[in-house]
Amino acid sequence: MSYTLLFYESQEDFAARTDPERQEAYLAGWTHYVHALREAGIVVFGSGLYAPETAATLKRRGGDVAVQDGPFPETKEQLGGIFVIDVPDMDAALEWAARGPVDTVEVRQNLPALK
Amino acid sequence: MESHRIVERTAREAYGRLLSYLTVRWRDPQDVEDALGDAFLSALEAWPKTGIPDKPEAWLLTIARRRLIDRARRVRVSAEALPTLLAMAEEAGHPSAPSGAEWPDERLAMMLLCAHPAIDPAMRTPLMLQTVLGLDAARIASAFIVKPSTMSQRLTRAKAKIRAERLTFEPADAEALPARLDSVLEAVYAAYGSGWDEAAAGSSGGSLAEEAIELGRLLLRFVPREPEVLGLLALMLHCEARRAARHDGEGNYVPLSGQDGTKWDRGLIAEAERHLHAASQAGRIGRFQLMAAIQSVHAQRLRTGRTEWDAIAQLYEGLVRMQPTLGAFVSRSAAVAEAYGADRGMALLASIPSAEVANYQPYWALAGHLYKRMHRYAEARSAYSRAIGLSADGAVRRFLTRQSDGLRMRP
Repeated sequence: MSYTLLFYESQEDFAARTDPERQEAYLAGWTHYVHALREAGIVVFGSGLYAPETAATLKRRGGDVAVQDGPFPETKEQLGGIFVIDVPDMDAALEWAARGPVDTVEVRQNLPALK
Repeated sequence: MESHRIVERTAREAYGRLLSYLTVRWRDPQDVEDALGDAFLSALEAWPKTGIPDKPEAWLLTIARRRLIDRARRVRVSAEALPTLLAMAEEAGHPSAPSGAEWPDERLAMMLLCAHPAIDPAMRTPLMLQTVLGLDAARIASAFIVKPSTMSQRLTRAKAKIRAERLTFEPADAEALPARLDSVLEAVYAAYGSGWDEAAAGSSGGSLAEEAIELGRLLLRFVPREPEVLGLLALMLHCEARRAARHDGEGNYVPLSGQDGTKWDRGLIAEAERHLHAASQAGRIGRFQLMAAIQSVHAQRLRTGRTEWDAIAQLYEGLVRMQPTLGAFVSRSAAVAEAYGADRGMALLASIPSAEVANYQPYWALAGHLYKRMHRYAEARSAYSRAIGLSADGAVRRFLTRQSDGLRMRP
């Protein structure tokens, strides 16, 4: 079964990525987590995402397309990265979510691939 | 204890007693739960007007039984009504059927029922927490890191099974009773373990550890001389005594060996020692007594100023033979390393099949520690990294990171 872990990061977390004083600790947290995930042999795909302010959001209203700067939606915590893992069930996926270096993780099961 | 917690505890105690009493007789925990829910609701409506009755529990019991009988009347399909009617007949014929004044405390029977072999072992603890202590499914789900709706479904299924298969608290074979009691102890210990992790994660609210100790004390009331019950309670109290010492002022995790003994709760330690001593009188050793004895040796550091690691290693030797779990193997390796050197500890650790430890955090934390002591720094860094990546507790992650950072400049 494949599940996607969506890691939400706070403004603080995003700032730590580029702050020389906190950058190393921030990256180390992810490095160890990714190490454990890879050694478990369950990773299907994983990637961090650039900060939300670099995002562009496309919205279609009626027939019109509007493109705006920034993420959707505008909330305090933003998607910072994802991991797709292959584990037996939601319990196991949540167990891995709990080990992540951020405070908010959403877990969803992946739909089977379209034929 | 603050007053609202006393009220909460009293209400929960009443709930657990009523639910256990009715379930043991009606054999349908879901129906009983609904009927009790109605009874509590009626109390909320009636008591403000009429005042709290002299015997609130008897009042609740009367209403709940009336609801159960009403419900049974409404069940049209005779096949479905039959088990209920049988249960009613049984209760009517029961010599101690309550007149409304006093009724037996059946919470031990309820705990035994929750630990029935037909109930999935993973669900025994959640079921016990819900029925005996009245905890809600959402709280139980968070403690076990399970999706709340999934936890609710599993609890419902377990209760449906009790009804459908007419499970009883007493094993058909009296010789199976000790094994059933052992499953109860296992379930209580699982509640303590989950509470321990939860507390480590920095939660300030009441953790499941307290609930587990409450269950342990309750068990002891029913079987005051059973050595393993005493052992389990002693074990939990010894661990609980160190709660305040597990974190320093800044919230950093402090491992047992580095803990300030003056922060240990001497009252709890004394209570644990009393129970362990009482257990030893039975002359029947068991795994919970062994685990409690190990914690007791650690506690002796308060008096002697040193930890008798060889005694601890010996106790783990016995524990591994009695209960060959991953946790026991890893802890034995740690004790042997302290008593006889890192090399011997590492040899034991390395003998554990690697497939079993891939995601077992304590294994990697210990491996990091031992490699470091053996000056094998590259391996130490790698093991610490695995341990950090497998930790669900931020304070533990930070502690391991500090340990690992100290190795950075080493070849």
